[in-house]
Amino acid sequence: MGKKDIEEQLKELQKKLNGLKDQVDSEQRESILPIIKELETNADKLKVELYRKITPNERVQLARHPNRPTTIDYIKYLIKDFIQFHGDRRYMDDLAIVSGIGFFEGIPVTVIGHQKGRSTKDNIKRHFGMAHPEGYRKALRLMKQAEKFNRPIINFIDTPGAYPGIGAEERGQGEAIAFNLYEMSALKTPIISIITGEGGSGGALALGVADRVFMLTNTIYSVISPEGCASILWKDSSRSGDAAEALKIDPNNLLQLGIIDGIIDEPEGGAHENHEGMANSIKEKLIITLEELMQYDIDDLLEQRYNKYRVMGQFKEA
Amino acid sequence: MTNLFPKCPNCGATQFNKILIKHLYVCPECNFHHRLSSAFRLQITVDKGSFEEIDKKMRSVDPLQFPSYDEKLKSSMKITGLNEAVICGTAKINNIPVVMIVMDTNFIMASMGSVVGEKITRAFELAIQKELPVIAFCGSGGARMQEGILSLMQMAKTSSAVKRHSEKGLLYISVLSHPTTGGVTASFAYLGDIIIAEPQALIGFAGPRVIEQTINQKLPEGFQRAEFLLDHGMLDKIVPRPMIRETLTNILQIHKSNKRNKPYRIEQYGLK
Ligand SMILES: [Zn+2]
Repeated sequence: MGKKDIEEQLKELQKKLNGLKDQVDSEQRESILPIIKELETNADKLKVELYRKITPNERVQLARHPNRPTTIDYIKYLIKDFIQFHGDRRYMDDLAIVSGIGFFEGIPVTVIGHQKGRSTKDNIKRHFGMAHPEGYRKALRLMKQAEKFNRPIINFIDTPGAYPGIGAEERGQGEAIAFNLYEMSALKTPIISIITGEGGSGGALALGVADRVFMLTNTIYSVISPEGCASILWKDSSRSGDAAEALKIDPNNLLQLGIIDGIIDEPEGGAHENHEGMANSIKEKLIITLEELMQYDIDDLLEQRYNKYRVMGQFKEA
Repeated sequence: MTNLFPKCPNCGATQFNKILIKHLYVCPECNFHHRLSSAFRLQITVDKGSFEEIDKKMRSVDPLQFPSYDEKLKSSMKITGLNEAVICGTAKINNIPVVMIVMDTNFIMASMGSVVGEKITRAFELAIQKELPVIAFCGSGGARMQEGILSLMQMAKTSSAVKRHSEKGLLYISVLSHPTTGGVTASFAYLGDIIIAEPQALIGFAGPRVIEQTINQKLPEGFQRAEFLLDHGMLDKIVPRPMIRETLTNILQIHKSNKRNKPYRIEQYGLK
């Protein structure tokens, strides 16, 4: 039985349960309600199981689904009066990253995110969301601007990784990423990063040093692509599913490892099925998180941010 | 384990190990700077007997139970006699106290996992506490895949520590040796106030093969080599190995009197 079938059956079961609840009269209610409750709990459990049972490979595919909402989509749903800004003031405007300012629930914010294309043509222009050094430098320019004007920063992460190319290396891809990590670690304004698709290695981290990092359910965050890992480990990139499992790149594992601060549930069927629903869940999480972060004294916030990354890693001292 | 008659990986010439040592493992035929053990690097860089190692006993665990990682760690420890891929501590260079970070590519290509990240972070924190400059000899294949996301996070952790050190007005010199790539390039290695490289060292973020596959064209001659990066403005200087100690001394001397919170007063230099 496929997942779609189970999903259908669950829906049917839910409908019947609701019908039953309406039918029973008040006398019978007392005795039947607990049974209905139990059935409902079972249905919920099944649902959780269903989503948990996504294989690592399926999650990788979902994270890369071409219809997933992109940064521009989220901006459309979440940010009022958004105005996009371009360029790193050094060399060029990298379309793999979009950035700008606007209002989130009345709060002025800076929004930055990787941008994958919708069409092949768009994707070529945007390098499939893989930024050159200029993309990271544009992001940092906008973040420094946010710091100056005390605007919280919201980053959307969705990239296969930093662009591997001649120009990117000539102009300091490593330096650009390093400098973002360095500056973001002490940037005097709250930073929230949300992994909305692929969190690919250094290219993702360059927008990911934040006070809070969240992942959507069907996303990944990894030091290396599962394909790359499989070809190094087993000389066989088709074993990417095994690599995805070994690397523990799913939100649950990353939450347990203390790398992320929370998981934002995707709507039924996944974010690609319901952009607005996804945006609404993100909105809720952003409101709660901003309310919390904007209370802190900036020095406390920076101390927390430093300590958050300071404790990451596992080792022993014999 | 020393090979008595090693072959140059660059030109293929074979030399007596004794002669190579005399040349600091720079090939007399082609000038290629061979990879060095951390012990040898320390020996040719710091004042004799001045090095005091910190966190010597720190070891890796296998946090993800990653395929064959445990065996890899064990065999690397056995072959190299090291506990991990970086050695840190305090030392003196021509009598100037510094914190030293020396990566050792003999240990899993000095890839950065939790231990490498933690030791480097502690080295910077020690330097902050003692108000010392940091000198990092970098050389690494990048992040340590076998520790997954924890390795990626070491990039953030080390970069944060470098930032704190820098905010105290302290000096950090990064020396890039062959090869320095991936996540190490994209974190502390490229955050030095001054970045020096050894001749011909391969330095880059993405590996040449990945780039070639992506763009589907041949890479230009000398691509990602130190000389190429110097031309593109990505390095302060290329320094041949026999000159590194002297160059470091020179830079350290110039920074010796620098105290950030002291106003720039001509009197402190003894001029009227
Ligand atoms: Zn040679």
